[in-house]
Amino acid sequence: MDDQESYLMSEDKDRDGFFDTGWRPSRDVHRDEDGRPHDHPGVREDVVLGVRASRALAMHELLVEKGVIGEGEVDEVIEAWSKRVPSNGATLVAKAWSDPEFRTRLLEHPKETVIESGFVPEHGADIIVLENTPEVQHMVVCTLCSCYPTQLLGPPPDWYKSFSYRSRAVTEPRAVMSEFGLELDEETEVRVVDSNSELRFLVIPRRPDGTDNWSEEQLATLVNRNSMIGVAAATEPGTD
Amino acid sequence: MSAAAVPKLEFSQGDRVHVKDMTPPNHHRTPWYIKGRRGVVLEFIGMYVNSETRAHGDSGMPELPMYRVEFEQTHLWFDYTESPSDKLWIDLYEHWLERDE
Amino acid sequence: MPAVHDRGGWPTDDPIDREEHEWADWERQTQSLRTVLDSKGFMNVDELRRGIESIDPAEYETSTYFERWSASIETMLVEKGVLTPKEIDDRAKALRDRWGYPS
Repeated sequence: MDDQESYLMSEDKDRDGFFDTGWRPSRDVHRDEDGRPHDHPGVREDVVLGVRASRALAMHELLVEKGVIGEGEVDEVIEAWSKRVPSNGATLVAKAWSDPEFRTRLLEHPKETVIESGFVPEHGADIIVLENTPEVQHMVVCTLCSCYPTQLLGPPPDWYKSFSYRSRAVTEPRAVMSEFGLELDEETEVRVVDSNSELRFLVIPRRPDGTDNWSEEQLATLVNRNSMIGVAAATEPGTD
Repeated sequence: MSAAAVPKLEFSQGDRVHVKDMTPPNHHRTPWYIKGRRGVVLEFIGMYVNSETRAHGDSGMPELPMYRVEFEQTHLWFDYTESPSDKLWIDLYEHWLERDE
Repeated sequence: MPAVHDRGGWPTDDPIDREEHEWADWERQTQSLRTVLDSKGFMNVDELRRGIESIDPAEYETSTYFERWSASIETMLVEKGVLTPKEIDDRAKALRDRWGYPS
């Protein structure tokens, strides 16, 4: 089992907001002989297939029949998505916390540094890295849809795509952060970044106190997904 | 981002600008709450494919200059009750910006 | 009035619902189908967005995220003459019959 898989399977991942995307690796995608989809985990006989869902599956089947797409192509992409997980971003953040030279490179040449670190950028998207400090807290939203650094954080959580987040992140970011357990003082500038272009934003949260001699691996366990969006703080050491 | 030579840029860091208050029928990524608002250019961020035409079957070329612009939250929302130091950043194509004198 | 997708600053007191749903297989397929269609030149991400933005506002507000993707993919494939609405109607019905879902 490689590091990514063991990470996904580990209990450590279940920090608040870290891995609660509902996303699971697709290794066990399977369908009936007649193509009926099954859901994860296991078979979900009670799943309702709505109109749009039916039409999506119909389109897929028709496109394969007509030779517009290959039979296994969608499954290949589903499999590729399993590599897009928040531990990717956490690895970068932990390294930035530990290594000042890496931190500088990540901030100044984000795309190249992300690629060097072994992560494949999303097609057509550039990555920008924003650092939180005592003076500035960044918080990222896509008010128009759901733009998000999926190669580093996996697919966006439902709440990120919700009407309430898309609406309130720009008008009351502090109230939103408060819901995620983060309280800031008035002197800290809150900088909301509306992700409306081809750029995708990764936030480096502030490093928690009491982590001075921690290894990168240990530090990465504190870097929860929500902290890399900017709505929450990194996990404090010693908390569950 | 294209490696082609960057053309003459209309704006530079620190320029005071306002966002055009227009709603063209084509796809555009300028949110309603920023239209007509005044901000400051933070930086030129590069040349990007024109998503406004590429959304309608065009190639999206040539690439267009894009800027990151900063707005004061208290200037965006008349009832903004959080900190007066709070800001909002957004990326805008050059053709959405006009210089404020 | 802003367009239905242009949600920044819309009046709401709704708290952020942090519960996350288990992804359905069709949702995974739909997300990945869009990527495959992009790689073959049928539907770039701007067209995906444009298609979502053109959804009837009432449907936009009451559908789930990937239901909106499905609508957009259909719009693009029909627009480009790859599939017809009737083909999709018929096949969707056939799938539901095949799998025992109510029509």
